[in-house]
Amino acid sequence: MIAEIGHFALIIALGVALVQTILPLAGAARGLPSWMAVARPAARAQFVFLLVAFACLTQAFAVNDFSLLYVASNSNSAMPWYYRVTAVWGAHEGSLLLWAFTLSGWMVAVSFFSRSLPQDFVARVLGVMGFISVGFLLFMLLTSNPFERLLPAAVEGRELNPLLQDFGLIAHPPMLYMGYVGFSVAFSFAIAALLGGKLDAAWARWSRPWTTVAWMFLTVGIALGSWWAYYELGWGGWWFWDPVENASFMPWLMGTALIHSLAVTEKRGGFKSWTVLLAILAFSLSLLGTFLVRSGVLTSVHAFATDPERGLFILLFLGVVVGISLALYAWRAPRVGLGGDFALVSREAMLLGNNVLLAVASASVLLGTLYPLIVDALGLGKISVGPPYFNSIFIPLMTPVIFLMGVGPIARWKQASVPELVVRLRWALAVSVVTALLLPVVLGKWSPMISLGLFMALWIITSSLKNLWDVAGRNGLSGLTRGLAAIPRGYYGMLFAHLGVAAFALGVCISGGYSQEKEQRMEPGQSVEMSGYTFRFDGVHDVTGPNYQAKEGVVNVSRNGKEIVVMRPQKRVYLVQRNPTTEADIDAGFLRHLYVALGEPVSGEAWSLRLYYKPFVQWIWMGPLMMFFGGLLAASDRRYRLATRRAPHYAAQPALARG
Amino acid sequence: MTPRHRRRLVFVSLILLGVGAAAALTLNAFRGNMVFFYGPSQLATVEKAHERNLRLGGLVEQGSVKREDDGLTVHFMVTDNVKSVPVVYKGILPDLFREGQGVVAQGRLNNEGVFMADEVLAKHDENYMPPEVAEALKQAGGQTPQFSGTLMQGGLNK
Repeated sequence: MIAEIGHFALIIALGVALVQTILPLAGAARGLPSWMAVARPAARAQFVFLLVAFACLTQAFAVNDFSLLYVASNSNSAMPWYYRVTAVWGAHEGSLLLWAFTLSGWMVAVSFFSRSLPQDFVARVLGVMGFISVGFLLFMLLTSNPFERLLPAAVEGRELNPLLQDFGLIAHPPMLYMGYVGFSVAFSFAIAALLGGKLDAAWARWSRPWTTVAWMFLTVGIALGSWWAYYELGWGGWWFWDPVENASFMPWLMGTALIHSLAVTEKRGGFKSWTVLLAILAFSLSLLGTFLVRSGVLTSVHAFATDPERGLFILLFLGVVVGISLALYAWRAPRVGLGGDFALVSREAMLLGNNVLLAVASASVLLGTLYPLIVDALGLGKISVGPPYFNSIFIPLMTPVIFLMGVGPIARWKQASVPELVVRLRWALAVSVVTALLLPVVLGKWSPMISLGLFMALWIITSSLKNLWDVAGRNGLSGLTRGLAAIPRGYYGMLFAHLGVAAFALGVCISGGYSQEKEQRMEPGQSVEMSGYTFRFDGVHDVTGPNYQAKEGVVNVSRNGKEIVVMRPQKRVYLVQRNPTTEADIDAGFLRHLYVALGEPVSGEAWSLRLYYKPFVQWIWMGPLMMFFGGLLAASDRRYRLATRRAPHYAAQPALARG
Repeated sequence: MTPRHRRRLVFVSLILLGVGAAAALTLNAFRGNMVFFYGPSQLATVEKAHERNLRLGGLVEQGSVKREDDGLTVHFMVTDNVKSVPVVYKGILPDLFREGQGVVAQGRLNNEGVFMADEVLAKHDENYMPPEVAEALKQAGGQTPQFSGTLMQGGLNK
């Protein structure tokens, strides 16, 4: 019964979404306020119905209702309640419901935080979002209904894929979807601007916080996925250039370009067409990511659906959305105008450089991800493009991006002078070069790549500090506190996010350069030395979990004879799916991780073990966390709140658009 | 040409130059890093197979898995039920590596015709086989069961 209520709620939500698309868009085109006024209540109603649907599915999981096909395929009564409840988005149908639910959440947010925007604009934004919602709800109802009954009901469920029974599943998909779907707001703002033919600094000011928030969630979502892969897969790697990871990384790169381009549009009225194009591309890549992951064209832990009908539907929808928006762009973008002029050396030019590099990086990831699929589809053979390809592209592309990250924020708008930049940054440059060259020697191993990585990280840190000092320290140390307090929050956000990139770069560089690993056959009682730590293997015993049996190894780690930690890596076999999984044990410290994974029993009591010492690896995930907080600071900047209060005057302001 | 136009021209040329360089870089990296996939029967027909990195896929032949005394070096045969290729891998095998099941190995063929794997990928559940493997088996004329599931990664970049 409850499942039918959920199903019914989905159908009503689809109806509401249709109304929300047609009436406000038509109303905005024809200037009918009563039609436009439908947008807000419709968005809220849709949210309520999707909430009901989502609650119904969650309830079915909570009470083990195995008369639902989706529940029976992905849950089991022996699973702990928190995995049962999060199994809602553990597979294809439910994750689509989460997608649609998240979208409606963003719509409700827009409906509440848009009081200051002109009515036709809100109507268009919500209309476009409604259209996206129609696509996804139709997809769900036609091909992937999570409320489908299984008759007769199963006695017991098939259980969730053991790899997904983890904290990672609880947090990673919702965060990632908040990001993916959040770009739909920037996208809808862009389309609304194209439809209305008006794109000015005020538009950029409205779009910016929304885009930043979506970007924040995407950043954390990707980082969580990476962390999950790191400890769950048992190989100590944190990024595999797997097509599914690429699918989330492409919109991130595009979104990063977008938030920088929006800065120029807001502050200088420039880059308008480019900003709109980036907004369209960022969301299109999010949709492409959904297609790649959900259509089953890729083989990975994320590819749930292998039904060609589903893939075709998403591909079709992707084609419609991207096609319409690019056509609209080609038709209307000239009206939006190009914006102000600037010199070759100026902050605009550097942000343009950053944008082009990020867009090219995104395109090269796209090539590496799609090319093997295309070659396969054309029957030209089977190829794969591995990490070496991506690494050999990313290092040369990201080096100039990071260099610009140091110079850009210091350069003046419109026209900057090279000698002045040199004078202001020479110490930062000198300190980072010398440290980057000497530090590896002190650490005992030098290579050009380590020095380059260190230089990039140090350059961001030193130039950010110099930047902060120049802004806040004009009156010397005594005026510093006042100077620091006077800096707007958005500026701190920028610095903080850039420092996050530095932390990430340090993590990648040091863990990549100085990690130690050993794969070793060990008898109980045997010890191995690595990086000053002694790992003593104390044998393996049996452990029983709620829905699995495990072999648990005991590894005693000591340093200079003092015990530091006892690590307990496991090898689990889940009761229903009978697949072995490796649960590594990690002693996570701020400056280093110790990582132990069980291999396989070799002979007698001996096992093969995998041991890692990974310095600074934690910083790889701390970096994105800092970017998240940087984004939070920027999005909560006072001027957006002021803009909200002041905005009723908007209609009276002349548009800044030119051309 | 006004100064503004000239500046625009310089801009556009710089961007084109940058994008062109990036494209050259990308395509070059691409050519160097493409890895082709073959089944054992196909591998026999490939010329100069030992000159480049490739992926070999098929079933792990029953009874072929042998371990050396160090507990880490493993020898096994990959077969498509028509031809078999000997494989050597040093390292811990993925959780789902088993005799009679699908496997993909990445590495190089040495001069003695032994495939030196530096990465081994195994199937992820009971009724799954990597689609490439399934197809290679089909082409070689072997039997292909029904598959669905997940590919897991093992032994990265060693």
